[in-house]
Amino acid sequence: MSIQAGWEAVIGLEIHTQLATQSKIFSGAATAFGAEPNSQACAVDLGLPGVLPVLNAEAVRMAALFGLAVGAKVALESTFDRKNYFYPDLPKGYQISQLAQPIVVGGTVVISVGEGEKAVQKTIHLTRAHLEEDAGKSLHEDFAGLTGIDLNRAGTPLIEIVSEPEMSSAAEAVAYARKIHAMVQYLGICDGNMQEGSFRVDANVSVRRCGDTQLGTRTEVKNVNSFRFLERAIDYEINRQIELIEDGGRVQQQTRLYDPDQDETRMMRTKEAADDYRYFPDPDLLPVIIAPETLQAWQASLPELPDAKAARYQTQYALSAYDSLVLTSAKATAAYFEQTLAAMGQAGDAKLIANWVTGTLAAQLNKEGLDINQSPVSADFLAQLLLRVVDNTLSNKLAKDVFDALWAGEGTPDAIIDARGLKQITDTGAIEAMVAGILADHPDKVAEYRAGKDKLFGFFVGLVMKAAKGKANPQQLNDVLKSSLGSCGEACGEEGAQ
Amino acid sequence: MSLNAMQLKHVAHLSRIALDEAKIPALLHDLNAILAFAEQLQDPKLDALTPMAHPLDQSQPLRADEVTEENNRTALQQGAPAVERGLFLVPKVIE
Repeated sequence: MSIQAGWEAVIGLEIHTQLATQSKIFSGAATAFGAEPNSQACAVDLGLPGVLPVLNAEAVRMAALFGLAVGAKVALESTFDRKNYFYPDLPKGYQISQLAQPIVVGGTVVISVGEGEKAVQKTIHLTRAHLEEDAGKSLHEDFAGLTGIDLNRAGTPLIEIVSEPEMSSAAEAVAYARKIHAMVQYLGICDGNMQEGSFRVDANVSVRRCGDTQLGTRTEVKNVNSFRFLERAIDYEINRQIELIEDGGRVQQQTRLYDPDQDETRMMRTKEAADDYRYFPDPDLLPVIIAPETLQAWQASLPELPDAKAARYQTQYALSAYDSLVLTSAKATAAYFEQTLAAMGQAGDAKLIANWVTGTLAAQLNKEGLDINQSPVSADFLAQLLLRVVDNTLSNKLAKDVFDALWAGEGTPDAIIDARGLKQITDTGAIEAMVAGILADHPDKVAEYRAGKDKLFGFFVGLVMKAAKGKANPQQLNDVLKSSLGSCGEACGEEGAQ
Repeated sequence: MSLNAMQLKHVAHLSRIALDEAKIPALLHDLNAILAFAEQLQDPKLDALTPMAHPLDQSQPLRADEVTEENNRTALQQGAPAVERGLFLVPKVIE
């Protein structure tokens, strides 16, 4: 959606990323999703008196990896603070977070907005990323007048990734969130599951008239659990604020919840000012020190990240910039592409695979709302299918039919080709016989064609294809038809002789 | 620094503490006396020193990422006023 003329939006995102550790950030309780309520909440998570937090080394490593991946400064010394507020899903009365000395400072990611040739790149700066503990969950629905509290999530390690307010449209904000989502999965530090709350995006949105240098008053939009909703929530909020100001009103600083059913944001609470949290250093935790050589080892351990992978696809496989970007935009997509390529062996055709993965497969996944790792057509099956395209057994059209059958779970590609008799006709003699038959049946059209009515070529192609039940190799068919129709005298004579 | 009555009420609100208006002057007097005492900490000249994040000049020990806790829900919920289906029940909190 484009923004109303004369206005611009300023958007910054805060992304809460659950780190994929086995145990919690300050206790030895498990972090697995979906367990019985409060079965993974120990005395530390419950904030019982006399307990002390002990920091999980893996959470520190994962946060540092993120910092290294975005080119940020990873603090060799960082500290924890208490953020005080009252809410029953936070039984200690404070959240352990990092304010004054976060573990990750700065960093950048490059986003790409728009499709194909029109894609534009933009660099987004990160303010910081800090370690903190997640809160529990409140269930308001099931108990008359009461709220149920499940503290299994309390103490799950998070990094909160804060961007500068540098995005100017919902599309840019989504591109940025997707890029961070891809990176944390490439790094293996977060499972990225938005439905389960592993990756939660809050958007700070304000608007101002073009040319204004002062930032407008911002609102924070929460409760967005998909990229699609993020885009819609921000668009809604931008328009709401513009209309409010144009009608003479003022935007109030507040937290708003997105309601996907109504496609609108609603006020949740007026925002407490930062000093209301009464941050102070947590006396239970000492400064976290990372040795320079440890940081170097972590740097060396970084996997190939999306930007580097996309650049490699362009040089190594001669793929277009856009195809490379799409294929590397999620770790699972890149893995699928690479597995298909490997499974095709010597006959591997990167461009062909790229077309199928970003075209037919992506469309089908999108239609059914599936992730690529839920694809009914495995990378191995796609490889076997495309081998039959490469060796001319199947035309692209027939391959699409086999793909649909694979999607429906009808067996292996070769079994489907056999069972359905889909093998492409590549025997030139057979194609010539069919062409001769069709031409003999339509002497008037042949005469018209030869008299200059070129358009009839397609008519003949259609008839031969129909006779071949769609299985004639299109290129061979064209060649045979052209030579048969080509020179009048000979062709007619031959046909007459038969 | 010293607090005025308005700041005192603000701090009380943040802490969810009910304040008896009549007690405000006495509370202000006591709190300001405490603040004045603590303010002596501003006097030493410390410009040449790097601030410490913690009085112990040590770094945080880390633990390995291992699950060491078992499900101890029954025992841990014994002190809870109300429990149902494994959840702690509290007065309704929804904004």
